Amino acid sequence: MKPASILLAAAAAWAAATVSATAEDKVKVGLIVTLSGPAAVLGGQVRDGFNLAVKTLGGKLGGLNAEVIVVDDELKPDVAVTKVKGLLERDEVNFVVGPVFSNVLMAIHKPVTESNAFLISPNAGTSSFAGKQCNPNFFVTSYQNDQIHEVLGQYAQDKGYKSAFLLAPNYQAGKDAMAGFKHDFKGKILDEDYTPLGQLDFSAELAKIAADKPDAFFTFMPGGMGVNLVKQYRQAGLATIPFLSAFTADESTLPAEKDDALGFLGGADWAPDMDNPQSKAFVKAYEAAYKSVPGTYAMQAYDAALLIDSAIKGTGGKLSDKDALRAELKKANFTSLRGKFKFGVNNYPIQDFYLVKAAKRPDGKYETEIVQRVFEDYADRYAPECMMK
Amino acid sequence: MTMRSQTPAILLFAGLALFPFVARFGAQAYLLTLGARTLILALAALSLDFLVGQGALISFGHAAYLGIGAYAVVLASMAGINDLLAQALIAVAAAALFAALTGYVSLRATGVYYIMSTLAFGQMLYFLFVSLSALGGDDGYTLSSRSRLFGEPRLTSDFAFYYLCLAALALAYVMLTRICGSRFGRVLNAIRQNPLRARALGFRPFPSRLAACLIAGAIAAVAGALLANQSEFVAPAFMSWQRSGELLVMTILGGVGSLWGAVLGAIIYLALEEALSLLTDQTHVLIGPLLIVVAIFGRRGLAGALAPKASGSAA
Amino acid sequence: MHDEVAAPRPVSLALLAVQTLNGLQLGILLFLIAAGLTLTFGVMNFVNLAHGVQYMVGAYLAAMFASLTGGFWSALALTLPTALAFGLALEFLVFRWLYDRDHLSQILATFGVILFMNQGVKTIWGAAPLSVPMPDALSGSVALMPGLLFPVYRLALIAVGLATGLALYLVINHTRVGMLIRAGATNAAMVSALGVDIRRLFMLVFGFGAMLAGFAGAMVAPILSVEPGMGDNLLILAFVVIVIGGIGSIRGAFLAALMVGLIDTLGRAFGAQMLRVALAPAAANQTGRALAPMLIYILMAAVLFHRPSGLFPVTR
Repeated sequence: MKPASILLAAAAAWAAATVSATAEDKVKVGLIVTLSGPAAVLGGQVRDGFNLAVKTLGGKLGGLNAEVIVVDDELKPDVAVTKVKGLLERDEVNFVVGPVFSNVLMAIHKPVTESNAFLISPNAGTSSFAGKQCNPNFFVTSYQNDQIHEVLGQYAQDKGYKSAFLLAPNYQAGKDAMAGFKHDFKGKILDEDYTPLGQLDFSAELAKIAADKPDAFFTFMPGGMGVNLVKQYRQAGLATIPFLSAFTADESTLPAEKDDALGFLGGADWAPDMDNPQSKAFVKAYEAAYKSVPGTYAMQAYDAALLIDSAIKGTGGKLSDKDALRAELKKANFTSLRGKFKFGVNNYPIQDFYLVKAAKRPDGKYETEIVQRVFEDYADRYAPECMMK
Repeated sequence: MTMRSQTPAILLFAGLALFPFVARFGAQAYLLTLGARTLILALAALSLDFLVGQGALISFGHAAYLGIGAYAVVLASMAGINDLLAQALIAVAAAALFAALTGYVSLRATGVYYIMSTLAFGQMLYFLFVSLSALGGDDGYTLSSRSRLFGEPRLTSDFAFYYLCLAALALAYVMLTRICGSRFGRVLNAIRQNPLRARALGFRPFPSRLAACLIAGAIAAVAGALLANQSEFVAPAFMSWQRSGELLVMTILGGVGSLWGAVLGAIIYLALEEALSLLTDQTHVLIGPLLIVVAIFGRRGLAGALAPKASGSAA
Repeated sequence: MHDEVAAPRPVSLALLAVQTLNGLQLGILLFLIAAGLTLTFGVMNFVNLAHGVQYMVGAYLAAMFASLTGGFWSALALTLPTALAFGLALEFLVFRWLYDRDHLSQILATFGVILFMNQGVKTIWGAAPLSVPMPDALSGSVALMPGLLFPVYRLALIAVGLATGLALYLVINHTRVGMLIRAGATNAAMVSALGVDIRRLFMLVFGFGAMLAGFAGAMVAPILSVEPGMGDNLLILAFVVIVIGGIGSIRGAFLAALMVGLIDTLGRAFGAQMLRVALAPAAANQTGRALAPMLIYILMAAVLFHRPSGLFPVTR
């Protein structure tokens, strides 16, 4: 009878372990981010930024004791669905904050928005939920993905570049990046090159760039792929061609790219050298706690916590009144680390965007620094299709 | 097979059937979701066990069939076909076609060459779907709702869906057990044990092996169709080589050849992952050594350890 | 919005030559990584999925030592014995119990090693990518084409790869140890019966294979990012290479690596343009993009179709 008893005991123990007790004066937040594989550094930033905010607020959000449950989506959409259902049904969270990646967002959007919790994305902002499929229970504290690429397209256009070479990985986000850049750049596109996901050696593409001699080079190459591209670009002597990038030379990759990335340009809604008191305090606290320079991922997660805090305070701590909470969330009545912040009709932010460049601080650490503002109070271009009020 | 050697399988299925009632004491909806996903992957592992245990065909591309089944549901629903049975039939047909085409190339090789060949085809399919923007590419495709069953949206209930998955698993188990005991199964087994002798007796390995690939692929495609319904979302990640590796691990963990061992292996692997993730976010640090220990000490996997007499005919 | 596709760039002889060089260089890199694998696989018939992890550990060790000592050469010098020690530790703890077992148990165990080590490096060194500085002596570049520099380091890598290949070939074919290795690959039981300590031989081969993988990781670190899971995709590539080349054959691995490197690079460089002969530009681009990552798998399938045991199989 060994097998049967083992099975039944395991099932019983497991089910028992999942019985959760709910407390009335507590707010539960489920944080679902990628914490495994090469992209784990981004999920780590989101987790750390959010936790830092909660800590700074005294372990409370909106005056209620906050419990943050961190879950790893492993960058696998179907695993993410199961885990987010765990957060919703087993842990009964009031808010789901996450994810980092667009494909995980596509998977968890429906389960969360159809449940009792609100979904707040601190990074992924796909176009699909910014337009016709906008949802009142879904909020984004980062930006709509295209906007970052549009910053660089607009900058290239303003600078008068006549031709550009584009490079991105061959997946949906890469294609969106190309589309975003081309939206504002009216010059000639010499080549639109897509590389296989995870490619390590860019020699072939770099040779093409050298042969084409574009006025500017635009790329979206996140994570380790970006580190490789930046290093190899510099080593190939191509740095005389302006390097315009999205998510390629930012705080998550600069520690590895080091001097190779200096001067490379990027687009962002914030940089660690932003000149306002709350941002400076955040950067200082983050570095003290986590020994690394925060990037936009951490900043947006911190803002997500501030958003939740302000919303709960606005309803006087009444978590059960979903409509009131929703209205309060929409108000975005908090002081963002970016300074200005408000939601558009589709719950995506309307904010300023900047051109940033990779730089080395006097203390030897690397960060992005603001060069100039490119867009002011910029809403995404899918908002008109959203039918929400 | 005698009744005695079927005891562990019967107990296993009984436990699975009773699970939803035990789950009432916990977070029922979440546990049923987890349970359904476990059953679906167990179905895929079961089909792989048939391939590996009976056919000695170690496939490192089996997750491709999960993807085929899942995307069959997507394409069918895009064409307006919402009935699960119709979708499953399309999935089976697509899987059979894929198995036939790739089997024709892969089965020319043996040993590690065969393993790598299956990996190659799995990767090709993965990259193909990543590049298809119309289906969402890497971002995946969200289904508007679960499939209908006999015209009615019966699958929206987690309870009903769980039992559907269990029924599919039980059906597949019975079918494969029958096949193993049939003439075809015994020929396949003979080819596995000694291809030269089998050939000498007049049995050509190729048709039997191809048939085994078709059967296993078809069952895994059904699992894929169920997986699409379970998460109401389909992505190429379903067929990455890491997924194929996980299926292989579940099968080996359970003990190759016993069929019910694969189901057990899938359950233990997924339950362990889930349970450990509640304790720590470093689950792999614990699961890794566990797999090593099972590999070294458990010669016949968990099935061999728990119920040696019933763990099948694999040597 | 731009939907039109730019005119195809002229394919000059210079560009073709440069891309061919790039392809060869990628091939040599792959060879460095695959050499150790074909050796362990060929001699011990052991499916070592953890080979990618050994490569990753070599890169991480190089990064760690480089940050401690500040230089590349000292880091490399420290990495080699440490990688060897790591390989021997793995052999002692895990692999030596599995030599006699079937491939499935080996797959299971080495998969466990991958899971453990990928998480392990993250715990020890953090999740963010690391970098290794380029050695000053090799940090110059050569102008291949106007506007395109080829780093001297990559030329050094090519030289190292060729030297390693030559050295391996000489050792395997012209020394006593090499003879024992070849004999062990053909019939381990017989070699043991003839009085050779087969366990010691296996340990030697395994340790050396691990060190070679670690060496590849350290050499490659200055031009690639060092991150958790970096070995996983390369593992697949390495298996593709040794399968095409024929398991156990150094010569096969070398040729296969070059083939894979060339086809992958030239496919990416000129694939879309070549397809324009048959398809409309937009369709050619789309197809080219979709086909690019598949090319090496198509190559492998084609090779296996005609030669089911690879190009230079070691006959048992």
